[in-house]
Amino acid sequence: MEASIWIFLLLSVLKVAVVTVILLTAVAYTVLLERKVVGRIQNRWGPSRVGPFGLLQPLADGIKLFLKEDLMPSNVYKPLYIIAPMIALTCALISIGVVPFGKEIYVKGVDLFQISDINIGLLVILGVTSVGVYGIALSGWSSNSKYSLLGSLRSSAQLVSYELALGLSLVGVVLRAGSFRLRDIVDIQATHGILSWNVFGGLQFVAFLIYLMAAYAETNRAPFDLPEAESELTAGYHTEYSSMKFAMFFMAEYANMITVSCVATLLFLGGWSSPFGSLLPAWGGPVVQALLPVFWFVVKVFFFLFLYIWVRGTLPRFRYDQLMGFGWKFLLPVAILNIIATSLWLAYRA
Amino acid sequence: MHLALFFIFGGLCIAGALNLLLQRHPINSALSLIVVMTSLAVLYLLLGAEFLAAAQVIVYSGAIMVLFTFVIMLLNAGREETTHGSKAAYIVGFPGAAAILGVLAYIFLKQSDNLGTAKLGEYLVTTHDLSRVLFRDLLLPFEVTSVLILIAILGAVALARKGHE
Repeated sequence: MEASIWIFLLLSVLKVAVVTVILLTAVAYTVLLERKVVGRIQNRWGPSRVGPFGLLQPLADGIKLFLKEDLMPSNVYKPLYIIAPMIALTCALISIGVVPFGKEIYVKGVDLFQISDINIGLLVILGVTSVGVYGIALSGWSSNSKYSLLGSLRSSAQLVSYELALGLSLVGVVLRAGSFRLRDIVDIQATHGILSWNVFGGLQFVAFLIYLMAAYAETNRAPFDLPEAESELTAGYHTEYSSMKFAMFFMAEYANMITVSCVATLLFLGGWSSPFGSLLPAWGGPVVQALLPVFWFVVKVFFFLFLYIWVRGTLPRFRYDQLMGFGWKFLLPVAILNIIATSLWLAYRA
Repeated sequence: MHLALFFIFGGLCIAGALNLLLQRHPINSALSLIVVMTSLAVLYLLLGAEFLAAAQVIVYSGAIMVLFTFVIMLLNAGREETTHGSKAAYIVGFPGAAAILGVLAYIFLKQSDNLGTAKLGEYLVTTHDLSRVLFRDLLLPFEVTSVLILIAILGAVALARKGHE
């Protein structure tokens, strides 16, 4: 009895460590991917000197950021200035804890492909993201600089506005699954392959587009990257940060991108389920059967990350009044209409 | 385990509330309030109200307190100036607060047999049960409350428009 509890604890801690390491590596290589792809979009090479095809560039960047001098501007409000990047990074890392990566497979009572399976997993992600705003808001305020303050003010207003559309766009999916548990939401999309994914068979295409647009705004990414608009605000909320503190904001932004891509995959693209459904006969041993869903999951998440970068390389930045008008006057009403349509359809079918 | 969590987050909640009153700078007070709200969410979770806990974090810690900090940042509110405190607070306030506390404690202790008891971590109110109560049994009060909030929003918009004309 005692021994099994220790094994359970050990495996759980190991699982958390492995997921965190994979997430941080993914963050580092998403940065490289972004620089490479944006480079190609702009007709240049991108990083190519460190290692083959520039593959060791993230390592070099990491070492550089570690070794840089940690500057502390003289008039900052120290406690908040130090704690702000920590809040941002912590919140960005926590939400991956409820994301399931593959089928439920238990080894000694430990679910291999999910850190914790919570009834209200989706709400936990929304809650953690909404608390993550404080990292950006406080960093701008405590830096005691005009650019930082303007950046964080823009960011808080933008996040609060788009959070509504984001939350409402998910209601249709939740209504269809009848649960906030992420595994239930994926299971309902697994029957007929690509046809039963929420984005197609679930008729949540509008919700999917609203989610994507609101999520880009939530993660401060182009074309909604006004909080860090270089041409107006130098670097926005992290202007006064250097060294590891800057790196923490950077990691938080990319970790948030990955979480958003994971959630989009789980809610709209059927999570780890194969696009071919039962058309493709099951092949390979139990190990292949366990890892194949993880492969599909990673492919879908990669698609969303690529889309993020593609959009960044293609679209110009919004103006601030356009951003607010778009969020409140277009996305929000469409999201509400989508909820009404989905509930009517579900009530009609029931 | 549950009891330990209750004491940790209950203590954190009270400490946050005291810090809220004692801090001079509005932004520190706002942050203390966030700590209070988030600890309350954990207490709800301990009582098995998972949806309420998530809503508490999303709505109070996330949305409402972001607006608070936003306004403090926008107005760039500085340190509060301290006064010596009003006489009314000393004469009426403290005895009044003590009296309310006494009356509440008296009633709760006297009626403790009639009040139900909630044990930590014993049951779970699922979102399903909650929505059944909210949208079937208590539909009218729920809708009336939402209309009330709508009226408050309209009132705020009307007041804000007045200055322009």
